[in-house]
Amino acid sequence: MSRYYLNYLDELEAEAIFILREVAAQFKNPVILFSGGKDSILVTHLARKAFYPSKIPFALLHVDTGHNFPETMKFRDDLVAELGVKLLVGSVQDSIDEGKAQEEKGKRASRNVLQIGTLLSAIENNKIDCAIGGGRRDEEKARAKERFFSHRDDFGQWDPKNQRPELWNLFNGKYNHGEHFRVFPISNWTEMDVWNYIHRENIAIPSLYFAHEREVIWRDNSWIPVSEHIQLDASEVPTTKKIRFRTLGDITITGGIESDADTLEKICDEVSTMRQTERGNRADDKRSESAMEDRKREGYF
Amino acid sequence: MSNIETNINNNQLLRFTTAGSVDDGKSTLIGRLLYDSKSIFEDQLASIESTSQKKGHEGVDLALFTDGLRDEREQGITIDVAYRYFTTPKRKFIIADTPGHMQYTRNMVTGASTANAAIILIDARHGVVEQTKRHSFLASLLQIQHVLVCVNKMDLVQYSETRFNEIVEQFGDVMSKMTIKDVQFIPISALNGDNVVHRSTEMEWFQGAPLLHQLETLHISSDINKTDARFPVQTVLRPQSAEHLDYRGYAGRIESGIFRKGDEVTVLPSGFSSKIKSIDCNETSVEEAFAPMSVAITLEDDIDVSRGDMLVRTANQPMCSQEFDAYLCWMDNKPAQPNAKYTIRHTSNEQKALIKEVVYKMDINKLERNNDDKSILMNDICRVTIRTTKPLMIDEYRDNRYTGSLILIDESTNNTVAAGMIL
Repeated sequence: MSRYYLNYLDELEAEAIFILREVAAQFKNPVILFSGGKDSILVTHLARKAFYPSKIPFALLHVDTGHNFPETMKFRDDLVAELGVKLLVGSVQDSIDEGKAQEEKGKRASRNVLQIGTLLSAIENNKIDCAIGGGRRDEEKARAKERFFSHRDDFGQWDPKNQRPELWNLFNGKYNHGEHFRVFPISNWTEMDVWNYIHRENIAIPSLYFAHEREVIWRDNSWIPVSEHIQLDASEVPTTKKIRFRTLGDITITGGIESDADTLEKICDEVSTMRQTERGNRADDKRSESAMEDRKREGYF
Repeated sequence: MSNIETNINNNQLLRFTTAGSVDDGKSTLIGRLLYDSKSIFEDQLASIESTSQKKGHEGVDLALFTDGLRDEREQGITIDVAYRYFTTPKRKFIIADTPGHMQYTRNMVTGASTANAAIILIDARHGVVEQTKRHSFLASLLQIQHVLVCVNKMDLVQYSETRFNEIVEQFGDVMSKMTIKDVQFIPISALNGDNVVHRSTEMEWFQGAPLLHQLETLHISSDINKTDARFPVQTVLRPQSAEHLDYRGYAGRIESGIFRKGDEVTVLPSGFSSKIKSIDCNETSVEEAFAPMSVAITLEDDIDVSRGDMLVRTANQPMCSQEFDAYLCWMDNKPAQPNAKYTIRHTSNEQKALIKEVVYKMDINKLERNNDDKSILMNDICRVTIRTTKPLMIDEYRDNRYTGSLILIDESTNNTVAAGMIL
């Protein structure tokens, strides 16, 4: 075989870098949506590569539900300092305090859906015309329909049945006043690709992804961490387990799995034998069959 | 080297698209490929099982796996291109799953624009039908290098070798009008899994390999043009930091060919020449780089280069032209307006353009030219003459997919209204 070909990880990397450079060239004020999860860390890492030796020409935007893992917050602040980029924070707590959002009630209450309003306000207030996300098409069936450059109308809404066709590598980021774009540079990556790449590049990720001892309760078929933000039933008895998280979201809805994988190599091995999708441990997706589509239409990540 | 690394270093990415009429079993085939290659997770399968039961289907309906949006599940149709992923020990695959009926041409052209291969499905009972010709024509128009013709539902024709050979012969007539380099035929039953991932026990007469094996072994390394070095500049990197005070790197992706340090290059359209000082990938510099790598190139001389310009090897240059012919596939509900101005995107270059003349319209069902009808409507394919305000650096699409393709954007709606292939 000729030596002039790329292996698939290199090709995915080249594609993502191409997309990130298109964003820098086509938009006035793009940001990276940064959650502290592995996918947004990967996008940030790719952005560093895309523009080296220049600094990343995007601010990071964190939509902060207030229900965070403390580890994620520290990781975020360290990374921002290292990269020398600006951090923007949209606070769900502020939205609630200002009466713009209403806290859900009851044991299953979550601030997941409330993020939509906070995100859209942050986009409007900061005059952001493009929000770069770590969404991947393999994650969820509605996300399988996403474009790399995904248009949002002036209400921040996604119209999946009326999307612009995307041909070759010609991306159309034109918008009218008040509209914006969501761009997904790692659309074509799968969970396995992300882990293989993090392993290959030795990218720093929060300790939560590695197996560790934690106080948890068993709820909705996964181990939910015990924290000040969660209400326990009488029947829910906290216990200590060795777990790790496959995805990171709100501390109230992110379930862990029992695992001994405490290195990147072991995580790659574990992921390659997984028989459940990674979002199977996310209570936000379990609410209905079209939970993701409904939230995305409203303006979710 | 660990197992993981060995796999990654050897694995290439193959992008393919699937084309079939409404009931050819396209969704079932994709479901079967994913299921038999163990790419469906348990929770996804459980969800499909429960939906199959609710709908009163016998067994598990694998076609349900490809439904994405709520309307698609409710109405049992596919609305928009969806992308699916699976990996085998040999390759990573991306499937562009395009709808069989609604706005067929628009969606297939979109899916095919990035594909190395196309699967064309034929129902063994019906043989080559009008839609088969249309699918083959589009695959040929988009210059897909490899076509796998799957004759499906062989179980419904008693796995007949005679029937299969008839269809291969019928397809031969269609092929005579096309320019597809590599065509293979496979008799399959997506429903029962014959010759999809596993070799069929019902068709001992078939000597070829099952579909997945073919996908894993298609020779795709030579699909990329390695002769004509083309580097459209996306953006200029000027850190202006103390450490990199004078750094001026042109960032972009090599769309074709190979660039080496020291190569004499010309910047188009200005025509100034210089030599490549360095090719940088992140913090490392490389001696040579090739398509489709994303790199930053620095030059020996300080010349003016910006987004939309193209670096090429001085000895091998594209055409610089303001007027050229192209096949247009129209993708918008609003018909093309004669003499209206559109924005044209070609590589990283953006100019104004107008459709000067409609040469002919292609009747893609009969595969005939229509010289009288000059309207351009949704899903039409026409040969047109385009005029631009400034020159574009173009190659013919059949030589170069990325410097031979373009899109038109409507300035009032911002919609992408047409895909173009330069002749």
